[in-house]
Amino acid sequence: MTPDLEAVGLSKTFADFQAVKNVSFTVPAGSFFSILGPSGCGKTTIMRMIAGFLEPSSGDIRIKGESVLGVAPNKRPVNMVFQHLALFPMMNIADNIGYGLRRQKRPKAEIARKVDEVLERIGLPGIGQRKVDELSGGQKQRVAIARCMVLEPDVLLLDEPLGALDLKLREHMKLELKALQEAFETTFIYITHDQSEALVMSDQIAVMNQGRFEQVGTGKDLYYRPQTSFVAGFIGDSNCWEGKVESVDATSTLVRLDNGSAIHGVFDDRTSHVGDSVDIFVRPESIGISRNASDFLDCENRLSGQVHDVIFNGAASRVMLRDSQGGTMIEVALPQSGGSTDLLKGESVHIGWRAAQSTCFVKGAV
Amino acid sequence: MTQMTARLGFFVLLMPLLLWLALLIIIPHIDMFLLSLRERVGVGEYETSFANYLILFTEPLYIWTFVRTAVMSVLATAITLIIAFPVSIYIAKIAQGRLQQILFMLCLIPFYVSELVRTFGWMILLRETGIVSNFVQWVGIVDRPVEFLYNDAAIMVGLVYTSMLFMVVPLVTTLESLDNSVIEAGYDLGGSTLSVMREIIIPHAAPGIMSGCIVVFMLSLGNYLTPIMLGGKDSLWFTEMIYNQFIVRFNWELGAAFGFMLLVLSSAIVWAMLRLTGQTLAKTME
Amino acid sequence: MIPSIPQPAFLRFTYGAYVALFFVYLALPLTVVIVFAFNDSQFPSLPWEGFTWNWFFGEERPMIGAFHERAILRAIGTSAWVALCVSVLSVGVGTANAFLFNRYDFRGKNLLYVVMLLPLVIPGIVLGISILVFSSTIANGLWDFAKIDLEVLRPGLVLVILGQFSFITTIATLVISARLQKFDQSLEEAALNLGATPLEAIRTITIPFLRPALIGATVVAFLMSFENFNTTLMLVGSDAPLTIAMFDRLKEGSTPLLNAVSLLLILGSSLLALLVILVQRKK
Repeated sequence: MTPDLEAVGLSKTFADFQAVKNVSFTVPAGSFFSILGPSGCGKTTIMRMIAGFLEPSSGDIRIKGESVLGVAPNKRPVNMVFQHLALFPMMNIADNIGYGLRRQKRPKAEIARKVDEVLERIGLPGIGQRKVDELSGGQKQRVAIARCMVLEPDVLLLDEPLGALDLKLREHMKLELKALQEAFETTFIYITHDQSEALVMSDQIAVMNQGRFEQVGTGKDLYYRPQTSFVAGFIGDSNCWEGKVESVDATSTLVRLDNGSAIHGVFDDRTSHVGDSVDIFVRPESIGISRNASDFLDCENRLSGQVHDVIFNGAASRVMLRDSQGGTMIEVALPQSGGSTDLLKGESVHIGWRAAQSTCFVKGAV
Repeated sequence: MTQMTARLGFFVLLMPLLLWLALLIIIPHIDMFLLSLRERVGVGEYETSFANYLILFTEPLYIWTFVRTAVMSVLATAITLIIAFPVSIYIAKIAQGRLQQILFMLCLIPFYVSELVRTFGWMILLRETGIVSNFVQWVGIVDRPVEFLYNDAAIMVGLVYTSMLFMVVPLVTTLESLDNSVIEAGYDLGGSTLSVMREIIIPHAAPGIMSGCIVVFMLSLGNYLTPIMLGGKDSLWFTEMIYNQFIVRFNWELGAAFGFMLLVLSSAIVWAMLRLTGQTLAKTME
Repeated sequence: MIPSIPQPAFLRFTYGAYVALFFVYLALPLTVVIVFAFNDSQFPSLPWEGFTWNWFFGEERPMIGAFHERAILRAIGTSAWVALCVSVLSVGVGTANAFLFNRYDFRGKNLLYVVMLLPLVIPGIVLGISILVFSSTIANGLWDFAKIDLEVLRPGLVLVILGQFSFITTIATLVISARLQKFDQSLEEAALNLGATPLEAIRTITIPFLRPALIGATVVAFLMSFENFNTTLMLVGSDAPLTIAMFDRLKEGSTPLLNAVSLLLILGSSLLALLVILVQRKK
């Protein structure tokens, strides 16, 4: 089956700045594909090239197997939900949604029927005569999607559409967007700088940095098996340390941190050599914490330290620990069960984690 | 104490406003209206009647001039809009950064130059010995000097030129306020340039179009200099009739009636335009 | 339409050419006025007889330059005096109006605001004649009842100033209110809190904030007064301001002297315009 969208060697150079550098990816039909990256990474440029508002400097974009280079934006089988939605303020809701159908010269009755249908599907029946500014943020969001979906596009592009909503509504809309995508069975390309949006909704996520795709994979892949130091640092919370490789054996690598502590870790690519400078990432929730050193006999990494601070944040509570050997500050998730919830500042505790849970990347290698 | 000061401050601020509006705007216009109702029946003898208005409507020259001025003004407004709209889109949407500022400033320059100078420029261009005449001879279209002045087309050129700024500025302002993504959305959903123009850009620019048209229409209707200088003796512009009654014939009663009719016409059209678009005067003047 | 929408090259070119043509149209009359100020001929038209400064500095007939032509110099002086009076009056009243409409709520405020806007909708010539009619009504009344002849109520500079003031004040009010609306009143409250009297707070906090608008309004008022023709035409007496003086000469036939005066006018107003831009930019 041909993928809905395919980008081949896509590059875009502005006057003296290369915004997108040789990016290739495929998006299978009916999937939810996110491009995740910090602002300025080039994700909006990719989206605007797909929509036809920018011409790529090189490379190709194929929709359902056909190149759309040189095809005007109004002739492309993709539609876009704009960052600030771009609902037409001079029209009511029904006219907004019917706009694209009127461009296709569909009969009036059919347009009216389709508009009603799609309003029904997004759960807002009967609001057709309202004005744009009479809707709430979440309603506008749904109308903007409906305005595109009524045209049954091959691909729907969404440019950080949740950015303008408040936190609570954003949480809610994440689930709703995913549900809408499943209901419409359309391919969604979603760009965002918010990892939680990408993780919750996407089938596939591309992490983008400085014009390149760092890694493409499912949320789980990115979280548990990051392939680059950028991805490991960008997705989720991590303790990040720098050190040098001291010894390499079959199962793990010993890294000596700059302050003298030794950490066992694994390399994703297993191409490290003794003496390489490396970054080590360990997630706070991978680290066990206990008052008894004997709890961590099966862990390659065992440290002890003093509680520097306990940061209570419900399920995301953290213990900040100062390693008694090298003085490194370590962030550890506070377990919600077991005997550690009553930890006090200054108390001595033990921590431990498996070598497999400290991911290492050689510096400078991309 | 504070209450007293506040009230005092209020009246101190209110006084100049009331004096200005009462003494220079409202009462003079009432007085002018009363004067227009005076019919001279003998030397120093007057009666109240609509005789002066009757003269306006029964004397073919007067009524013809009145209608002609209105029609020409509407035409000038339409032409100004048609010429200014693409230019405004260019300034508001296509030109970027510095170029945008420069073009906008260029549009303002004629405003900083007296209307007299502008009209004088057109006279130099259009007269029989003028630049245009010389140019068409040089090109070889004609073989003798041609008079381009003293006709309706010359009046129109001058009126459109004088009004251009008052159309471009409100248009650029409203067009700039239209988010580019709204236009992009129009294309993205399958719209053509024509339909995006008709359904998105023009409806959005409607307030700007309206205030531009109102100002241009009023300025054309009340213009004296341009029709006189470019249209010559037979320009038949209504303001000229008013001037003649007041200054040349010294028939102030009839002149006042003419003035009042000009005011009525101008207000009626402004009111109708505002009504048509559901706007208020206060909003248009921003 | 916007740069992100691809258009055929031909269309883009045509559009660009149209806009260029528009600016040529805009510049043409001013350019010829300026160029022919330097023509060494009795008429501001072709043929070009060579370059001369005489229409500015010439001292002998038939080429008396603008700087030696008494009548023109006097007219410029008259215009400047009128414009000065009008701008001071209208900015003063305009500031009061702006404070009134921004700071006070009173019955009939909206109606008064609309009435305040009316002078912009009234044709200038009608404004002129209505003031002319009213002032002579008063003058005649005074004469009939008290045998007093008040010269100021007859056509002349006082009426010209009042006539121009009557509509320029609206513009000054709009310019100043627009800025006053952006003023954060808590700044004034902070000044009061720190021990200023209400008037001191306005003088030390609000007025400095308004300064760009006040300067802008003054310059715009000055220019509008200087260039005004319609209202002035109906109210002018024996002392003609520059626009009227030039109009009278133009009717008799033009010499490059008028071009020279026009060029000076253009320079003068451009300088003032530049001043406004600089003041605004500093913000």
